Amino acid sequence: MVKIREPENNVKLPLSRPIIGVAGKTGMWRTMRPIVNSEKCTACFQCEVYCPVNVIRVEPKLGVTIDYDYCKGCGICEDICPRGAIVMVPETGE
Amino acid sequence: MSRSQAKSPLPYSARDVVLPGDASCHGCPIPMALKVFSAVFGEKMILVIPACCTSVIVGTYPGQSLKASIIHVPFASAAAVASGVAQALKMRGISDVQVIAWAGDGGTADIGMATVSGAAERNEDIFYIMYDNEAYMNTGIQRSSSTPKGAWTTTTPVVGKSENKKDVAKILIAHNVPYVATASVGYPHDLYNKLQRAKNIRGFKYIQIHAPCPTGWRFDPKYTVRIAKLAVETGYWVLYEYYDGKLVISGPSRPLIDPSKRKSIEEYLKLQGRFRIITPEIINSINEYIESNWNWIKKYLY
Amino acid sequence: MARRVALTGNYAIAYAVKLAKPDVIAAYPITPQSPIVEKLAEMIESGELKASIIRVESEHSALAACFGAAVAGARVFTATSSQGLLYMHEVVHWASRARIPMVMAVVSRTINTPWNIWPDHSDFVDQRDAGWIMAYAMDNQEALDLTLQAFKISEEPSVYLPVMVGIEGFVLSHTAMPVEIPEEKLVEEWLGERTQPYVVDGLEPKGLGPLTPPEDTEDMFYGIQLAMENSKKVIKSVDSEYGKLFGREYGGLISCYYCSDAKYVAIAMGSWTGDLIEAVNTLREEGYPVGVIRVRFYRPFPREDLWEVLRGIKGVFVFDRAISFGAWGPIFTDLVAGLVQYTSKLPTIVNIVAGIAGVHVTAEDFRDMLLSLINRVEIGLEHGYFDWIRVRR
Repeated sequence: MVKIREPENNVKLPLSRPIIGVAGKTGMWRTMRPIVNSEKCTACFQCEVYCPVNVIRVEPKLGVTIDYDYCKGCGICEDICPRGAIVMVPETGE
Repeated sequence: MSRSQAKSPLPYSARDVVLPGDASCHGCPIPMALKVFSAVFGEKMILVIPACCTSVIVGTYPGQSLKASIIHVPFASAAAVASGVAQALKMRGISDVQVIAWAGDGGTADIGMATVSGAAERNEDIFYIMYDNEAYMNTGIQRSSSTPKGAWTTTTPVVGKSENKKDVAKILIAHNVPYVATASVGYPHDLYNKLQRAKNIRGFKYIQIHAPCPTGWRFDPKYTVRIAKLAVETGYWVLYEYYDGKLVISGPSRPLIDPSKRKSIEEYLKLQGRFRIITPEIINSINEYIESNWNWIKKYLY
Repeated sequence: MARRVALTGNYAIAYAVKLAKPDVIAAYPITPQSPIVEKLAEMIESGELKASIIRVESEHSALAACFGAAVAGARVFTATSSQGLLYMHEVVHWASRARIPMVMAVVSRTINTPWNIWPDHSDFVDQRDAGWIMAYAMDNQEALDLTLQAFKISEEPSVYLPVMVGIEGFVLSHTAMPVEIPEEKLVEEWLGERTQPYVVDGLEPKGLGPLTPPEDTEDMFYGIQLAMENSKKVIKSVDSEYGKLFGREYGGLISCYYCSDAKYVAIAMGSWTGDLIEAVNTLREEGYPVGVIRVRFYRPFPREDLWEVLRGIKGVFVFDRAISFGAWGPIFTDLVAGLVQYTSKLPTIVNIVAGIAGVHVTAEDFRDMLLSLINRVEIGLEHGYFDWIRVRR
């Protein structure tokens, strides 16, 4: 019912494709960094559900991992963790 | 429960669609809401996005931070474009893709009001989502009809907004569409359940998602979820659904029919810098507004 | 079987749309366009046309809904006039800059203030910067033919631009003329299924129209200018192809009458060109070497074709049915700008603006105007000038 044919002559079209880090390495935005205390963590998944940049992963065997390349350091994970297992510390840039 | 037995409360598809590294401010509620949608629909959604924060959060050409489909549209036209997309997919026999108009409060309650009303009246088979950060945030925190009374905005910088918040959900209930709901980024599971119910309904489905904005409401980005919860816990933002001609209050809001169960509104207001200019008269007025809202709900329930 | 029927301009367009088999139509009523949509609604509700009709709540939403449907892979159509066209102006730009093929009919009516429902070209020419291909018909047969051709031109991969087809309100839209409706099967084979440069239908994640840096945006817009150039070839080949299949060919971007031996040429667009041609017929009988060029496609502006005809001409008289306040008529402006790219020695070019806001200009009026213009040139007028002639009875 509809045929898709690219325009002739290499025309640039206003189309975008999915990409991680479209605004760059947003980890550079951080002034504070979340640190997870695996002793206190019960893997309740709240941090993964709420993280606005979707960089927290809770895996049953491995616990909580955070992709620091993109974590903006907003601190929501610290604020909502029911066990206080995440703490924001100053970002030193290491 | 031990860590090794833990099960994700949301499907794993929520991991693959909202991609890290977008352009949103620290603590932005918008990607939180998008994650819930991706948990229900995965990639199979077309977001029709007018001018608003989301249209820039997803980043610049040639990339986008969502592994789903997006159509960027003129400010007032989200519901109209979504109507056209839905009809085209129907004519082409494509039935497993959700068409979702995704707009802010400005694009819905103000410039888009006629368009939303038209699509609702025609009962177009689309989702219309108004994420409510209570001002024109993308252009620099100007007042919209959804800004609450007393709030500082850049166009109400000294006196604060004089009018109460326009209640768009009530307007859509008056249109008698098959599904209307309020939700909050503070309660993602509630939103998830609402989407699961709504996705099986054919016709116009409206959900208004309360979305506290750290940049515009002037609070520390870590408090986005806390403030979203306080909005509900004070009875200021009521979570409910309207379908089959009846109003159903959602779990977190249900106990708050009883005013004594609501937290005091000051707890909610004091965390937000935009209410620093507020006076006791305005706080009274806000409490009256909360009470009258609940009275309307109670009338509708019984 | 092709049928010959008495059709108003509005119905001629409606029957062309029916033949093109659109999937989605979204439109809003406005005088004098409403009968087009009423006819299409009747065809859809009676089952004659299998399409979805969205009875939107405004013209802005009409073009927006068409835009959404087109992006999602549907062949679409809408129609409007005057205030409605101005209301959807934002979306007019949005569509062409998205390079999405679609067709719109413009039933011309002048622009408020004050209320006035009678025809001139001001609503149509007001869209000239947006990047749509713009064609204007002289009679109801051409209205049908142009509308059909618009779908073909718009969906051509070297073009991929939306097309608008204009007719004058009431003069054509509400006046019945004999029109031949082409055979459905023939049109279906010739038009084929819809072609577009991309589709957003959820099957493969992508986005249309993201925030784009200046250089990339300029590249995209430059592509529109290139497409406009390409479209000239396409318009001509579609015209001649249509002529072979359906028996009517119009000459491409412009139509010429008596131009081969003309010393003076009058230029106009739209249905009043018919009255102009009648005037030139009588002048020819009296021995005046006058020709007429009818502009069929206003965008892309046919400067090459115009230069071909006008290069040896002594006097060129451009009749505009619209005015750019503070300046002059749009066809005159584009003509001079076009010709100046070929020569530093322009012929004498005169601009007459007339027929504004629906004022009726007859063949006699044209004859009088042409005689006086020819005389002025004959007695020594070498440079052009502009005049707005308000014809009164």
